[in-house]
Amino acid sequence: MDFPSFYMDHLAGGRLIIGLIASLHVLINHPLAVGAYPLLTWMEWWAHKNNRPDIDQLAYKITFIVFIVTTTVGAMTGVGIWLSTSLFAPFAIGSLLRVFFWGWFAEWLVFISEVGLILWWFLTWKKANTPEKKRKHIKIGVALSIMSWLTMALIVAVLGFMMKPGEWNQTRAFWDAMTNPLYAPQLGFRTFIALMMGAVFVWFATFFFTKSKRGYEQGTGPRQLRNWVVYRMSHVVLVSLLGTYLFGTWYWSAIPETMKANSSVALLTQEFMSWHGQFQSLLGWTILVFAFIGLGGLGSSFLIPRWALLIPSLMGIWLLGHFERAREFMRKPWVIGEYMYSNGVHKDELAFLQSEGLLKHATYAKHREVTEANKVECGKDVFMLACSRCHSTTGLNGVIEKFTAMYGADKDWDSGGMALFIQGMHQTRTFMPPFPGNDKEAEALVAFIQQVRATRESLPGAQSTGVVVAPPPAPPAMTASSQP
Amino acid sequence: MTMIPLLATTPIPRDLPLPLPLPEGVLIVLLVIFFLVHILFVNLMVGGSVLVTFFEWLGRKDARWDRLAAAIGRTITVNKSLAVVMGIGPLLCINLVYTMQWYSANTLTGHAWLMIVPLVIVAFLLTYLHKYKWESWSQGGWKWLHQLVGLAATLLLLFVPLIFLANVNLMLFPGEWEKVRGFFSSLSIGNVLPRYLHFIAASLAMTGLFLAGWFGREGHEIENTPGFTRPELRRIFYKVAAYVTLAQFVFGPLLLFTLPAAGITTQLYVIIVSGALVGLLTLWLLFRELKSGDERIGRSYVPICVLFSFVVLGMGSGRHVYRQAALAPHQAEIKERTAHYAAALAAFNKQRAAAPPVEQTPEQLFMNCAACHAPNVKLVGPPLTEIAQIYAGNPEGIVAWAKAPGKKRPELPQMPPMIHLGEANLRKIAELMLEKGKAAQ
Repeated sequence: MDFPSFYMDHLAGGRLIIGLIASLHVLINHPLAVGAYPLLTWMEWWAHKNNRPDIDQLAYKITFIVFIVTTTVGAMTGVGIWLSTSLFAPFAIGSLLRVFFWGWFAEWLVFISEVGLILWWFLTWKKANTPEKKRKHIKIGVALSIMSWLTMALIVAVLGFMMKPGEWNQTRAFWDAMTNPLYAPQLGFRTFIALMMGAVFVWFATFFFTKSKRGYEQGTGPRQLRNWVVYRMSHVVLVSLLGTYLFGTWYWSAIPETMKANSSVALLTQEFMSWHGQFQSLLGWTILVFAFIGLGGLGSSFLIPRWALLIPSLMGIWLLGHFERAREFMRKPWVIGEYMYSNGVHKDELAFLQSEGLLKHATYAKHREVTEANKVECGKDVFMLACSRCHSTTGLNGVIEKFTAMYGADKDWDSGGMALFIQGMHQTRTFMPPFPGNDKEAEALVAFIQQVRATRESLPGAQSTGVVVAPPPAPPAMTASSQP
Repeated sequence: MTMIPLLATTPIPRDLPLPLPLPEGVLIVLLVIFFLVHILFVNLMVGGSVLVTFFEWLGRKDARWDRLAAAIGRTITVNKSLAVVMGIGPLLCINLVYTMQWYSANTLTGHAWLMIVPLVIVAFLLTYLHKYKWESWSQGGWKWLHQLVGLAATLLLLFVPLIFLANVNLMLFPGEWEKVRGFFSSLSIGNVLPRYLHFIAASLAMTGLFLAGWFGREGHEIENTPGFTRPELRRIFYKVAAYVTLAQFVFGPLLLFTLPAAGITTQLYVIIVSGALVGLLTLWLLFRELKSGDERIGRSYVPICVLFSFVVLGMGSGRHVYRQAALAPHQAEIKERTAHYAAALAAFNKQRAAAPPVEQTPEQLFMNCAACHAPNVKLVGPPLTEIAQIYAGNPEGIVAWAKAPGKKRPELPQMPPMIHLGEANLRKIAELMLEKGKAAQ
C-alpha cells in the first residue's frame, strides 16, 4: 500500500480496534435503533389509542435511555468504524468510496434523516399534548423506525458488496450487492434478531421504572404496567424468534455455496466448517433461550427474574459477533473480492511486483534494492508493506508465534526454508495473500523476522516514528526490456 | 528511523487506480458546501459550550444567568448530533478528492485521530449529564460538580477540533511529512495555532448570531429565560457576535500572514479581501442594530445572517483555493507517477500474457512442499527419508494422502490438503519425493 503505515504492534497491527469499534456499534445499533424504536413507537401508539398515559410515560422513559446511548456511543462508533479503517486500511476504504460512492451517499442521507427524526421525536414528545399533535408525533416515530431499518439495509449491501467475489470486478455496479445471494437472508436475520433483542431490552428496562407496588390492589399500579409490557414483549420475542430461525437457517445454508465460489480449498475450508458448525449450534441455543424467556413471559411477568433477561441478551450478542466473523472468512485473502488483497496489493499487479520487487515501487520505504548491508531494514519495510495489515511481530497474530508453531520454539529456524514457505504459503494457506515481492525481498523479510526473534524488539508505526521517504524511482523507461 | 534527515523528501505516492465517481469539480463544490454546513453546527456546539460554561459561572451571583445558561445548554445537545452527522459528507468528499494526502495525514497523527472516537463520546455523555442534571444538581457541592462536568465537556469539545485542524493543515504540506513524529509534533507544521484561534472566534461569533435569533424569535418562551426581555437577549448575543467578529480582523490577518507560501495566490487575496469587506459591512449593520432602541433591535437580523453567510462562503472558498494551490504540484506529480506505474504494469502484463504458459517441472512443483519437508531433517512435517520408507514403491499412496491428509503425529501440525495442485502434478511430486528420499538415506 502506498500510504504511511499506521501500526500497533501489540494489537495484530491494530486491526483489532476496528473489530471492537464495529462490534460495539452493531451491539447498540441492532437492539436499540433497529429493534427498540419500532417497539417504543408501537407502545406510544397503543397508549394513545387506549388512553393509557402510564404506558406513554414508560415508553418515554425507555426512549430517553435509547436516545442517550444511540446519539453518543451509537453514532460515534459508527463514525469510528470509518475513522479507524482510514488508519488501518486506507487503500481499501479509499477504493470502496470511489466505487461505491452513491451507496455511501445514500447511506448518509438516510442517516441524516434518522438523526433528525430521533431528535425531533424524543425532544417533542412532551409537547405533543393534544390528540392531533400526538398522532403527528407517532408518525415521526414510524418514520424513524423505517429510516433506522433502511440505514441497516444499505450498510448490509455495502458489506455484501465487499464479499461478493468476482462479479463486481467486471460490472462494478451497485445492484450487484443487492442481488448477492446472501443479502436477503442476512438482512432478514439482522432484522429479526434486532427485534428480539430490542424486545428483551424494553422488557429489561421496564423493570427499573416499575418498581413501586403502589396501586397494585386497585389493579392500576406500576406492577400491572410491568405485566402489560412483559406479556406483549414475550409475543414480540416469540414471533421474531421464528424469523431469526428461518432467516438464520437460510443464511447458514446459503453460505457454503458462496464459499465454494470463493475458494473451497485447504485450511480455509476446515476453519470455515468449524465456524459453520458453531453458528448452527449457537443459533439453536440462542433460539432456545429466547423461546424459554418468551414462553415464561407469556405466563407471568414474575416468572422471569430481571437477571435472567441478561442471558438471552448475552447469547444474542455472542451470536451476532459470531455472525459478523463470517465476513472475515468470506473475504480472505481479499479485502475486495478478486480485486485487492488484504494487504492492499491489486490482483493485476501481483506478478509485476514479484518480478520487479515490492520496494522498488514503494513510496514509504528506506531502500529500493535489497543488499547484504541493508537486509534487515529492507525486511522491516517489506513486513510493513506486505504483512502488517494483519500480523504483528511478537504480539497478537504475530509472525513469531506462527513460525514457532511450525518450526518450534527451541530450535534454529532454517532461513532458506522460511523464505520458501513465505513465497509459497498462499498455496496451502489459501486465506493468505501471495507474497508480493521478489526472492531477495523474501530473504530480507526472513532476516528481519530472525532479528525480531532474537531481540524481541517491538515495531513502531508511522504514527509514532514517522515515515522515511525513498527518492522516487526514475520513471520506468519504455525500452526493450519491457517490449516483447 | 531515528536520524532526522536534514532535507526532507516529498513523498510522491501512487494514487488508487480507480476513477473518481464524479467529476473533480463537482466533488470540490460539494466538499466546500458540505464542509461549511458541518462547521456551522460544530461552531454552534463549541461556541455554545463555552458560553454555557461562562454564563453558568456568572449565574453563581445572579440566578438569571444560570437560567440563560441552561436554555443555551438545551441547544447544544441538538447541534452536537447535527455536527456529527453533517461531518460525514465532507469527510466522504475529502477522502475522494485528496485521497493520498488526507489518509496520510490521518496516519501520521494516528493516535490522536483514533482518540477522536472516545473523546467525543465522553464529551457528549458529559454534555447530556450537564443538561439533564441542571435542576437536581443545583445546590452547594452539587452545583460545583455540575459546573465541573460542564467545564470538562467544554474542554474536550475545544480539544477535538484541534485534531481535525492538525490533519487539515498537515495534508497541505507533504514536503514536511518526514518531520512528523505523531500528533503533537504535527502542530508545529504550517500554521495550526492561528487557524485554531480563527476557528474558536468564528464559533463564538456564529453562536452569538444564532442565539440572538434563537432567543429573539417570537416562538421563544420568555419564561424559560427569566430576568431578560427579548430585546435584552438580542442585545447580549449581538454583542457577542459583534465584538468577536471585530477581533476576527486581528485573527484573520494573523492566519493569512502565517500561511506558508505554498498556496498563496492573487486569487486567494481577492477572495479573502472581498470576504473581509462583506465582513465589514456586516459589522457595520451589527453595530447599527446595537445602537438602535429596544423596539427596533432585531430588524436587520435576516440581512445580517445573509451577509454573514457570504462572509463564511468567502472564507470557506478561500480556504479551498489555498489548498488547491498548495497541493497542485503534489497532485500533478502523483498523477504522473501513477500513470507511469500503470504504463509499466500494463506493458509487463501484456508481455506476460503473450508468453506461452510453461509447464512446471517436478522440482518447481516440489516447492509447494519444501517448506515443510526437508531431505533428512524434520521441519514441520516428516523428512523425505522417512516418507520414502513408508511409501516405498507406492507413489499413489502419497497422492492419496496429499489429497486428504489425516493426522498421524501428535507432535506435528496437521498437513493441509494439496488437492488444488491436481492429481497429475501430485503424482510427479510423489515420484520425485521417493527419489529424493531414497537418495538422502
